[in-house]
Order: sequence, then structure tokens, then C-alpha cells
Amino acid sequence: MDYAILIYGTEGTFERLPPEKQEEAMEGHYALQAALEKRGAYGTVKLMPTTSAVTLRPTSDIHEKPTLMDGPFAETKERFLGIYIAQFDTLDEAISFTEMISSPYVSLEIRPIAWAGGVLGAPE
Amino acid sequence: MGRRRAWSAGVTRHAWLEARFADIRPQALAALTRQFRNVDLAEEAFASACIRAIQTWPKTGLPNDPLAWLLSVGRNAGIDIIRKNQRLSALSPAPSPDEDMEGIYAEQLDNDGLRDDVLRLLFICCHPALSAQDQLAVALKTITGMSVAQIAGAFVVKPKTMEQRLTRAKRTIADAAIPFETPDSTERSRRLKTVSLMLYLLFNEGWSASSGEVQIKEPLCEEAIRLTRLLLNLFPGMGELMGLLSLFLFQHSRRKARLDVNGNLVPLDDQDRKLWDRPMIAEAKALLEKTLRRGPSGPLQVQAAIASIHSLAPNPNDTDWRELARLYAFLYAMEPTPIIRLNQAVAIEKTKGPEAALAMLEPLATELESYRWYHAARAAFLFDLERFSEALHAYETALSLHPTEAEQRLLLEKIDSCKKNS
Repeated sequence: MDYAILIYGTEGTFERLPPEKQEEAMEGHYALQAALEKRGAYGTVKLMPTTSAVTLRPTSDIHEKPTLMDGPFAETKERFLGIYIAQFDTLDEAISFTEMISSPYVSLEIRPIAWAGGVLGAPE
Repeated sequence: MGRRRAWSAGVTRHAWLEARFADIRPQALAALTRQFRNVDLAEEAFASACIRAIQTWPKTGLPNDPLAWLLSVGRNAGIDIIRKNQRLSALSPAPSPDEDMEGIYAEQLDNDGLRDDVLRLLFICCHPALSAQDQLAVALKTITGMSVAQIAGAFVVKPKTMEQRLTRAKRTIADAAIPFETPDSTERSRRLKTVSLMLYLLFNEGWSASSGEVQIKEPLCEEAIRLTRLLLNLFPGMGELMGLLSLFLFQHSRRKARLDVNGNLVPLDDQDRKLWDRPMIAEAKALLEKTLRRGPSGPLQVQAAIASIHSLAPNPNDTDWRELARLYAFLYAMEPTPIIRLNQAVAIEKTKGPEAALAMLEPLATELESYRWYHAARAAFLFDLERFSEALHAYETALSLHPTEAEQRLLLEKIDSCKKNS
């Protein structure tokens, strides 16, 4: 079954860490990526800061174009920072892999995927 | 998985906490400053809240809303300090750390109030009685929490001197009557403009360092970027703030290519573009495109657009000089300064040739008399027109105007080729 691991946390905390601590925090990600690599196809994405986001909000009239707003969808303290997509046989397995990237300031949401498509390469 | 992550080690956890405090600091100080109407007291209160957090959070876990927690504890700490100062003996007991600290504050923390608090705190640092450098020093000390030694290092003065300057500057600020009511939209945009200028100067202070100092000053650029990002988060629709952040990111993306192995500055055209930070450029581009959707409304957006032309060219020969000339003309219409004109002339040289460029420079002669880039640009145009003795003279003038070592070498080379040709 396909699962998404959604990473939430405060923006900028990671960037504030000294480089060696950043590297330490990344170790879990490298380990997870290496483990997923062995199992087959997976995808992962780190999102840019929400200041670079725009949000399309629907208008009440379905014939009208949505309204373009600057900023993220929701003004929340914890922000959607990144995502992994991979196959796991069971929820337990998904949880145990997700634990590899747990750190004090991110919350990790595991959610099954209903539908997926496309092929993702590394950004240029 | 049996795999224990490195972060569970105490030291690392501390680093995360420190990073988190640094992140929260501007917002927390801003709110506490409104509460106490006193920046110094707010700083003290925040510091003691952080100490309490270090003692408490590892045991209780991270609160749902760390900012609200720190504000609540900080507020109580501040009240304690006031009481101590007033030598009041009838104290009510301090609340225990186990209390639901965030609950008290969470509902009061609306984003609208907070954004004006943060803006106000930054604005307080921009007191017009302070020199530009002192404004930056106070902002760094207060808002980012940089140490006096770090700030002194960044401005290349002795820590003792910086300490005195900061004390004096903070006294000036404390005496100023800053209105604490919610600003109207005119006042808000006035403050945003003032603060943007301060952030611009902060970034430039870090960026325009001559060789050797660059390493010390990079953190200034990073702080400028962080504070701009914070403001943009709070004021997401402000085009000029978006332009400012975009501009900073375009510039900062080149930081690794700016220095050669000897620590000398490398001119833009000679930089190894593979060293440019691509994700940062992509973010800058996204911000620029976002803000340009509405059409550029201010000079910072145009400056970001100018920076993008350089950043998006795979190599110097691909630079779109026609677009650059157009953008500089546009910028000059907004801000008719001789330096913008000079830059426009450099772009014109590439599109219309040295003769047209030289003609643009002539009216600037008096204003830019002591600006070495003016003479260097003029010399280059004259050289291209094969007026070698005039070029030689202009290069020599540039050389006399205190260029950096790297520039000196470049100028001496040029002087040499002028002599060979004349």
C-alpha cells in the first residue's frame, strides 16, 4: 500500500542549527532514503519556505477564476515542510520507517495514498 | 527499528532548543515589549523564560505553542523584575512551571497584533537620532540576540567600543516615545518602509565587506534574510518586502563564488556559476514572479528583477543586457540617483556601445567624483573607444580612491594595457 509521510514543523529552525547539527539531523533522512531505495520506488520532496507560496482560493461563483492570495493556505505555527511517498505492507512498517526521521521539532503524519501518478525527478 | 537517532543526545537537543529560541525571539520580544513598554525589560524577561524552558521542556515535552508558553512565563518573569525593582515585599507566589502556561496566552496571540508588535520592535531600532550603523547594531543585539563580541566583530570595532555604543544607543531608544496603539495603514506602511531600508542596510553591511572581513560578515546577511522572511510571513501581500527578500536571496546565492582561494572578492563575470546556490535562486525567482504578477510597484522589486537577470544567465555572455538597460531606466525613473545612472550606463555600453554609455556618464562627473566605480567604468568605456591616455588617467584616478586589494590588481593590469596601447 502507498503511504505518504508528511513532515510538519516550524520553518527556519533547522536552518538555524550549526552545520554539524544540521548534518546530524539529516542522518535520519539519509538512512530512510537508503532503506527506501532498496525497497523500490519512492519519492521525497522538501518544500521551500511558505513565503514563496501563493494560494488559490475559490470564489463563490464557479464561473469565476479563483482568487490568488500571497502566502500559504493556512496561518499555522507548524508548517508543511516536506513529504515522502513510499510503499509499506502495513501501518506498523510505515511507522517504524517514519521513526527514522523523527526529531524534536517535527511532527510526522502518516497517511495512506488513494491515488498517485506521474514521475518525479530531482529538480534542476 | 532499534535505530536511536543522534538527536536524543542531550547536547543536540540543546542545540535544537537554542535554534528554536532564536527563531521565536523576535516575536516574543515584540509582544513582551508591547506589554512592558520597555525593550530592556522584555529582553530580560525573555531570557529568564528561556532558562525556565530549558529546565522544563526536556521533562514535560515541547508545549503545543512554545511562543505562547515563553510569553506567559516571560510576562511573569517581567512582573517579578518590576516588583523587585520597586522593592515591593508583598509578592504573590510565582506560578509553578507545570501550570498550563500557554493556555493563558494562546487566545491573545492573534496574528494581527503580533505582526504590528514585530514591526514596532524593528521600527524602534530605526530611531532617527541613531546613526545607520548604530541602528543595525541595536537591531542585531536586541532582535537577533547576537552577542556584543559578534556584533563588534561584524563592524570591525573593539567589543568595548561596541558595548559603549550600544549602551548609548539603547538609552536614546528608551527615551523615545513610541506609540503603542495599533498603527493605521499609513503609519504601518511608513514603518515598513523604514524597517525595509534598515534591513537593506543590514544586508549590505554584510555583503559589501571587502576581502578578509567577508567571513565575519556573512551572518549579517543571514540575519537580514531571516528578519525579512519573518516580516513577509506576517505581511504576506507586501510587494516590496517580497522584492527585498528576493533581492537578498539572489545576492546571497552567490556567496560561495564571491571569494577566491586567497579570500579575495571575485567579480560577478569571473565567478564560477556552478557554486551559486540553485535552490536559493529558485526561491528568489519564485518570490520575484509572485510579486511581478501585479506589476512592479517599487524600487526593491525592480532591483530584485535586475539581480535575477544576472542569476538566471548560465554564463556572463548570456546576460540579457537589453532587459537590464530597460530595468535600470525604470529604476532610475523611480529613484533618480547617480549610482543607478552609472549602472544603467554599464548596461547601455553592452547594448548601444561605449560612445552612448560615455555620454551618459558625463553629467555625473561632479556627483560621482570620489566614487571609484564611476572612474573605473568611464575608463573602460574610454579604453573601448581606444582613447588610451584618457583611459589611463581615469584608471589612475580609480586607483587613488582606496580600492580593495583585488580591485587594485585589476586596475593595475588595466593601467598596464593602457600604457602598452598608448
